[in-house]
Amino acid sequence: MTATKSARDQLPPFQRVLDEHADAVLRYLIGQVGATDAEDCFQETFISALRSYPSLRDASNLRGWLITIARRKVIDARRAASRRPILVDQVPEPAAGESRDIDVAVWDSVRALPPKQRRAVLLRYAADHTFRDIAKSLRVSEDAARQNVHEGLKKLRSELA
Amino acid sequence: MTTIEQDITVSPRMLDDLKLRATTQNLVDIAYTTADTPVGRLLLAATQGGLVRVAFLHSEDGDAVLSELATKVSPRVLESPARLRDVLRQLDDYFGRGLQRFDIPIDWSLSGPFARRVLRRTARIPYGKVSTYSDIAHQVGAERAARAVGNALAGNPIAVIVPCHRVVRRGGALGGYGGGLDRKQWLLTLEGAIES
Repeated sequence: MTATKSARDQLPPFQRVLDEHADAVLRYLIGQVGATDAEDCFQETFISALRSYPSLRDASNLRGWLITIARRKVIDARRAASRRPILVDQVPEPAAGESRDIDVAVWDSVRALPPKQRRAVLLRYAADHTFRDIAKSLRVSEDAARQNVHEGLKKLRSELA
Repeated sequence: MTTIEQDITVSPRMLDDLKLRATTQNLVDIAYTTADTPVGRLLLAATQGGLVRVAFLHSEDGDAVLSELATKVSPRVLESPARLRDVLRQLDDYFGRGLQRFDIPIDWSLSGPFARRVLRRTARIPYGKVSTYSDIAHQVGAERAARAVGNALAGNPIAVIVPCHRVVRRGGALGGYGGGLDRKQWLLTLEGAIES
């Protein structure tokens, strides 16, 4: 009981967690599953987060905690997608606008990067991580993290130019 | 490289969807909103049990109020006006002189047993009337505790709706008020308890 109490003392109101991290979680999800599935994953992520929030023991890395939950939702979404039948008589609707097309193209290219570069680029630009955090996440040195981001961006630039 | 760094932000509709889902799954322990009133901007918060907090934002810091709720009641705090719609409507009527008695369930979680007794008694002082610290002390069976009564009222978590502004000093001085004495005077004038 006392352990829960002391952990609780540090938990900010959930609204603040939402204000500070919702955009980063959405960007991470778009990078992982694309814009269409990202929205469902976003809802699932925050509902799960809200459910377990009162028993969270360490509030020092709330973004990391959310991204961990989001990653599980990504795995669920991919599993569901692999079971989804492909309907040949249904043509997907065209994207709403030009900016959306560009968006989809960018994220498709991001997804096509080699795994380390993809994660590095996403962590840097979608989840707004520092190079030190990226290094920790990828279990590489900070220089290597920079290098991965740099190489990833270079590849994207040449593909999208 | 602007396209990849471009601002992807969560839309208001997505946030509304999320809050609706959270509410239907009973995951919003505290819903709050703010409202502009003739006595200033108020922060209002409700649990599923009732109204738990009304704070004057000109004298209290909203973030601090929410942090206190997160710590003392539950950290599942979300901005969501739906649960407070009825409270807002009654407040509007009150400030428009159309309502004299609030009919709002109260969650007393933030008050200890003594403060609760004092505040419940205070909630029964009729519109347009005042009581004194010593009267309230007497009525809660603590004749010598007028000062403790003052403290309990100063800590009233539910300003305006639990009308601690209706408690004044014996002899007619207004006493204190968390929202500022000018607000106390304004409310008592609105209610016709004192002359403008």
